[in-house]
Amino acid sequence: MKFTKKSKAEAGIPTASMPDIIFMLLIFFMVTTVFKEFRGIPVRLPAARKIEKLPGKRNVAYIYADDRGRVSIDDKFVEISEISRIMYNKMNDEIAPLRVVSMKIDERANMGFVTKIQEELREAGGAALNVNYSTKTASK
Amino acid sequence: MLVEKRKKQPTEIPSSSLADIAFLLLIFFLVTTTIDVDKGIGLVLPPKGETKEVSKKNILSLLVNAEGKVMLGDQVVDIPMIKSIIKRKLAENDKLIVSVKTDANTKYRYYIQVLDQLKQANATRISIAEPEQ
Repeated sequence: MKFTKKSKAEAGIPTASMPDIIFMLLIFFMVTTVFKEFRGIPVRLPAARKIEKLPGKRNVAYIYADDRGRVSIDDKFVEISEISRIMYNKMNDEIAPLRVVSMKIDERANMGFVTKIQEELREAGGAALNVNYSTKTASK
Repeated sequence: MLVEKRKKQPTEIPSSSLADIAFLLLIFFLVTTTIDVDKGIGLVLPPKGETKEVSKKNILSLLVNAEGKVMLGDQVVDIPMIKSIIKRKLAENDKLIVSVKTDANTKYRYYIQVLDQLKQANATRISIAEPEQ
């Protein structure tokens, strides 16, 4: 059987719009890049398996607490007794009202200390009751 | 005075390397981007002053001492065992409330491990008791 040969079509990727595509990608990554922002004190997070993601970063308050009993919120050391007031103010923030409190607590901290922080959150009430114990992902 | 007219040079920005420059920037941002999401164990604390009466048979106490030893009900168990035990107990009684009680000197790590086990067993009714001083 005889096959007729197909006519050789022009096979080339159009490169004229390549810079535009690349620019678009570039702008996307420029916008989404967050240079590792670190506000707090160094803590060693515990590991867990069944974990949830936090919804965004806007409405989250971060409480850092290390094993030496220091508490840091928004890059400032605070006393435990101040937490409820700070959380209350954050809840009444008009731009980004508090929804979740992310607790970044060192795995070596004592529960007595953690409970004191939680008592302060309960004192603040409302959205401050929504806590998320920040953890690493445990290896299987 | 005669000023010689300069030859008109072609004024053009070389755009052939534009794509390369953009590529370079793109790769830089690709590498530096960290889409890090915060993750952790979610829990809703009870509001201040709220206490509920629950019948004793629905409560399963889970005690964690300062050494990280766990006592579930009336037996000592290893932390990785909690999941399967709780799962079984939940199948028997879906109204079960797990009351987690820790010592004031219990390390936070053990508390998270226990909570993780409870979450893996799909226990939703978790009560956090105040640590014993």
